[in-house]
Formats: sequence, C-alpha cells, structure tokens
Amino acid sequence: MSDRLDVRKTYKLFVGGAFPRSESGRSYEVLDATGAFLANAAQASRKDARDAVLAARKGFDAWSAATAYNRGQVIYRIAEVMEGRRAQFIADVIDAEGASTPVAEQQVDAAIDRWVWYAGWADKIAQVLGSANPVAGPYFNFSVPEPTGIVAAVAPRDSSLLGLVSVIAPIIVSGNSCIVMASQARPVPAITLAEVLATSDVPAGVVNILTGDSAEVMPWLASHADVNALDLTGVADAELAAALEAQAADTVKRVRLSAPDADWSGSPGLARIRAFVETKTVWHPLGV
Amino acid sequence: MEAPSRMTFEYAPAPESRAVVDIAATYGLFIDGEFVEPIDGAAFKTINPATEEVLTEVSEAGAADVAAAIAAARRAYETVWSRMSGRERAKYLFRIARIIQERARELAVLESLDNGKPIRESRDVDLPLVAAHFFYYAGWADKLEYAGLGPNPRSLGVAAQVIPWNFPLLMLAWKVAPALAAGNTVVLKPAETTPLTALLFADICRQADLPPGVVNILTGAGETGRLLVSSSGINKVAFTGSTDVGKAIQRSVAGTRIPVTLELGGKAANIVFDDAPLDEAIEGIVNGIFFNQGHVCCAGSRLLVQESIADDVLDRLKRRLATLRVGDPLDKNTDVGAINSAAQLARIIELAEAGDSEGAQRWSAPCALPDRGFWFAPTLFTGVTQAHRIAREEIFGPVLSILTFRTPDEAIDKANNTPYGLSAGIWTEKGSRILWMASRLRAGVIWANTFNRFDPTSPFGGYKESGFGREGGLPGLAAYLSNDEEAGSR
Repeated sequence: MSDRLDVRKTYKLFVGGAFPRSESGRSYEVLDATGAFLANAAQASRKDARDAVLAARKGFDAWSAATAYNRGQVIYRIAEVMEGRRAQFIADVIDAEGASTPVAEQQVDAAIDRWVWYAGWADKIAQVLGSANPVAGPYFNFSVPEPTGIVAAVAPRDSSLLGLVSVIAPIIVSGNSCIVMASQARPVPAITLAEVLATSDVPAGVVNILTGDSAEVMPWLASHADVNALDLTGVADAELAAALEAQAADTVKRVRLSAPDADWSGSPGLARIRAFVETKTVWHPLGV
Repeated sequence: MEAPSRMTFEYAPAPESRAVVDIAATYGLFIDGEFVEPIDGAAFKTINPATEEVLTEVSEAGAADVAAAIAAARRAYETVWSRMSGRERAKYLFRIARIIQERARELAVLESLDNGKPIRESRDVDLPLVAAHFFYYAGWADKLEYAGLGPNPRSLGVAAQVIPWNFPLLMLAWKVAPALAAGNTVVLKPAETTPLTALLFADICRQADLPPGVVNILTGAGETGRLLVSSSGINKVAFTGSTDVGKAIQRSVAGTRIPVTLELGGKAANIVFDDAPLDEAIEGIVNGIFFNQGHVCCAGSRLLVQESIADDVLDRLKRRLATLRVGDPLDKNTDVGAINSAAQLARIIELAEAGDSEGAQRWSAPCALPDRGFWFAPTLFTGVTQAHRIAREEIFGPVLSILTFRTPDEAIDKANNTPYGLSAGIWTEKGSRILWMASRLRAGVIWANTFNRFDPTSPFGGYKESGFGREGGLPGLAAYLSNDEEAGSR
C-alpha cells in the first residue's frame, strides 16, 4: 500500500454544463454507508434552482431542436463513457448504498444498460406514440409527441445511481431538459454521473443536478413559471409531495407522482416517457 | 357601412321549428337510471339566452345528491359495467350513437335553444360530431388490448366529469364516450346555463337500456362541480372549462393520486403570411373567432398578420363581417347567435372596454341586434400590442385582436408569448413554412390553411396552462385506462 496521500475531489453542483459551488456558499456532510465521512456536498439554494431553470431553458432549446437520431447517439455516448468509469461507479455505489460488490456491479451495469435501452427509444417514440388520424373529411391529420419542456425531478433516496438514471433518461430522451435533485444522503454517484454527462456531448443545461434538501429547493421549482413539469418520484414525505402538487397547479404543470419505494430492476416501460410528452396534432386540407 | 351600389337581396326568415322538442316543466337529477328529486339540493331556472325566456327549472345537486350519484356509479361499476365484456359495452355505445343520430334534430334544436348557438352549427357541427364520438369510441370498447397500454389495461372506476356551456352535448360526448368504452362509469355535471341536452341524453340512455348507474347526470352550478371533483369516492377527474377552475381542481386533487385530465382556456394565434390564399384565409379567420360566437377555447382570438398585407386583410375582414347575420339562433340563415349568458356578456363588454382604454381601436360589424337576450356584434381591435389585456386574456366572445409581424421568427415569438397553448393557425401556400411553423408553435392543435376542425380520431388538448391530457383518438381513450406500469402521472 502506498503511503501517498490521495487527492480528494470537491463535490459541486452541475448547472448549465459547469460545476459551480452553491451560490449560498453552503455545504453539508455526506457520510458513507458505515457512517464515516465521505464528502462535503454543495447545499443548493433558491438561487441555484433559478440559475438551473435558466440553464435548462437554454438546454431545452438546443436539445429539443436536435434530431431524434442525434439524441439517441448522445444518450448512447453516455453509456459508453459510463462504461469507461465502471469501477468508479461501483466504488461510489458501495460507499453510498453499502452494497456488496456484486450488488453494486449489478446496479452499475443495469444503469449503463438503461441508457442503452433509452438511447434506442429516441427515434421510436414518435412512431409508437404518434399517429396518422383518419378524420372524416378532406384533411391530412397527424399527431406527434413533443417534449413538455423543463422537468424538475427528485431522484430516489435509496437507489443512488440506477434510480437516478431511471429518472433522468426518460425525461431527456424525448427532448426535455431537467433539473434533478440528487438523493440528499447519497449524492456522490450523481456527481460522478454529472462528470460523465459533461463529457458525453450532452448540450449544456439539458441535465442539471442539484444536491441538498429537496424540501428546501423543490418548492421554488414547483412554483417557477418556466418549469413545465414535476417528477416527484423520490419524494418520500407525502405532505411535501401534496404541497408540491398543489404548487404545480398555479401554472398547470404536469406531475409524475411520488414513488419513493419504486423497484428499478424491471423493464421501465413507456410510462415515464409518456409522462413528459405533449401530443401535437396538425391538420391540413387535401386538394389540388 | 359603404353605400350599397348594387342591388341587395334581403333574407326571408327561415326558422327551424321548435315543435320537435318537448321540454318538461321541471327536471330532477338522473341518478341510478331514473330522475329523482334532489335530497339536499335546490332548483334553478335555465333560460334561452336569445330571448331570456325561461325554458324550464332544473335541480341543483347538493352534497348528498353527489354522494348518491357516486354510490350509484360505484355500484354499477362493480356489479355490471366493469364485468361486462368489451363487446357488450361496445354494442351499448353503438346503440347510443344510433339514437343520437335518430334524435339529432331534436337535440340540435334543444342545444340552440338552451345555448344560443346558431342551428346551422348545432345541426351541422355539434350533433354529427357527438354521434361520431360515440361511434368511434364504441369500436374501442372490445379492443383495449390494442391501445398501447399493455396486454390488459384496466378501467379506472368512477369518473367525475365537469363540462362547459359552449358545446354542451359535444363535451358530454367527449367525456362520456371514452370513459364508458374503457369500462368506467360516470357522474357528469353539465354547465349551469346549458343543462338541457345532457338531461335529454339521460333519456337516450334509457332508450338504449343502458344499465342503471352507468351514466349519472347532476345538474348544478360551480358548487355542485366542486363537490363532485373533490369527492372521495371517485377514481378520475375530467374537466373542461376555465383555467382558473382547472387550477383549483388540480390543487384540490393534490395528494390524492387521482388521475386528472384538464382542457382549459386558450388564446390562439391565427398567423397569416403574405403568400396565404387570402379568400380562404379570410373565411378561416372569421370561422376561427366567430364560430360559436367565439365561445371556443381554441378560438383564433389573436390574428397575427404579416405587415405587408395587414391593410388588405383588414379591409377584406370588415367587408366579410358586414355580411355576417347575427340574430335568432333557430334561423337557418344565422351565422352568429346569442352570447350564452348575461355574465359572459358582461365579461366580453368589460374586456372590450379594456381594449378601448388601453389604446386599441375598435371596429364592430354594423348589424342590428335583437332587443331582448344577450348579444355582442362581431368586433375587431387593431393597434393591439402584446401587453394589452385583449391580447393576453381569453375573451371567449366574438372579439378578434389583430397584431402584425414581419418575419416568421417574430410570428413564432408572438404566437408563443402566452401562458396558454391550446391551438394555433397558419395560413401560407408554402409547405415547408407550414411544417417549420407547426413544429415551433407550442400548442396542441395546429390548423394549417384551415381552422376549428374537429374529429373523434384527432387528439385535442393543450400545452402549458391550456391543460393536460388529450381528448379524441387513442390518447383520449388512454386517459380512462390504467395499467400497473402507467399509473402515477397527472
């Protein structure tokens, strides 16, 4: 064993493709599964949330205008870059979740494979959720799914990597951008994922990751007029979830309801993609 | 008005006979297959908005009535409807579609009497679409496994449905047909000012031998609706109406995990480029905002016209509006009928006055309005800016706000500069521009070189504060189905 002192990493937020500290200057202590000190994570504030919305709107404009093929390639690239960091993710998941090595390996492999699964969806969503509609008249009529916009999400508390990826991927695959509150107690795999996203050709602002207390930050996002949807998957407190749902009503946000005990091992299905797309229907007359 | 230099022909009155309808003196609530007196409710009158004549007195459901209706719907769901094969449910819906076709004239006349809309529209637009909706969803009832929701999608249970007064029977059809096809039972509250066609629909359910409790109809005002959608025994809320009430409903269901569909207000841009087919565009603009007196959530209430043709379009519009026939809804020549209620007329007057006071220029079609009833002449505002209330707020009346633009990018920016996102129109002969615009407009329905077209196969619903969920087509069916995988979105 070398007696070299290791170089530790400062864990920061991921906003607009950059890694800022919290504007508030606050951090909080993150412990590993054994209760030992692991890191000081940035504690995101209202201002950080608002900055993230600005970044997410820019990200949305670029990402939603990209071709579905391009989005699929970029998402596949995330899987490629993650694979290269597989060992680091396994160590992160062991630290965060106290998982055994085989369990951590399984979680990381499933997370990488989940990106691959969603990468393939990018250019198929419109074919599965869209339609040509045989209206009773001389019109050409079709419906296509379009991304809802900016989704503010709360990642699962427990599944620090697979759950996180399972929340982010279906939001962005259709062209949405997102602001994700990482697991408050287990944020380190999320920051490592941010480093992957930053080097995978994902446009800046498409995924923004905040660490801290979702009970503090989410109300600002739930009431923000430029946020279009909420994904409350990781909200374990039923009262907080209900309060956020009620705030969402002020601007008629779409809401994916809380599911704190979701099982991430099975096939994800289409539900999460469907939750954050809008159906657009276009009519045009037929004639010569 | 320009001096007529040509010979003009006067229209002779061509009234549709109202003998075809038979309105009772009073109506109870339709619960568990029969009309019953309210337990703790009251009664209110419904009037013909074109004459202010009282048509009849209907019941106002109270809390105990709402509970009774939900209990009846629950019983019907658990003992009959959810156990019935899809094939049998389909046949009930086909029966209903056929009876609607058989009684179409009666329904159209009753709709025009209670709502004020021209018979030409209730007869040629509303009723054919009502029958078509039941026909379309009837065919889905035994094909749910093909809906893209997995091999065994499930119905939700009891659906609480609240509908508006602008297309009373059509909105009933949009709500009831997919709900029943998917295997749900319903408690429906029609709008306070337009309850009569829903009550006649109850008679259609009777003629179809629909099992008691599958469809329950509670008349009432806002409080009845509030009681219904905030009840504990329901499994789905579907609402069409104002954005304010939609937000209140979304708030009230917070924490309940009840799935919700909201179809709310709009402030649609109707965008006319300098290469548009102008004759068609003028008709489309007129149809966009004056169809159904502008009582249309997807109305093209903001005309965005390219600057180079703005004067020409305005001249043509004024000439066309001067020919619109405003008056007796039952006259087959009438283009624009009565405003639905005194309250709505007051709202239109108030917003039009805001247009005046904020500096826009008003022009109204020179038409004689009847002495009695609620009327508002087709009206244009020019010199409108994006900050004006008449460019931002839903007027829900025959008032068009005209703005101009120079470039396609500016048109997109202005069109999307609204919290709403229900519909939009594009008029241009250039196909690539239509598709470019259609992909950038943040709205759920885009009409290109047409406007205000509807079809049961065509999904309808909004982006942003115009609501969520879709009615029509496969998405409209999915709104009343669940499987384990899909649960949990609102």
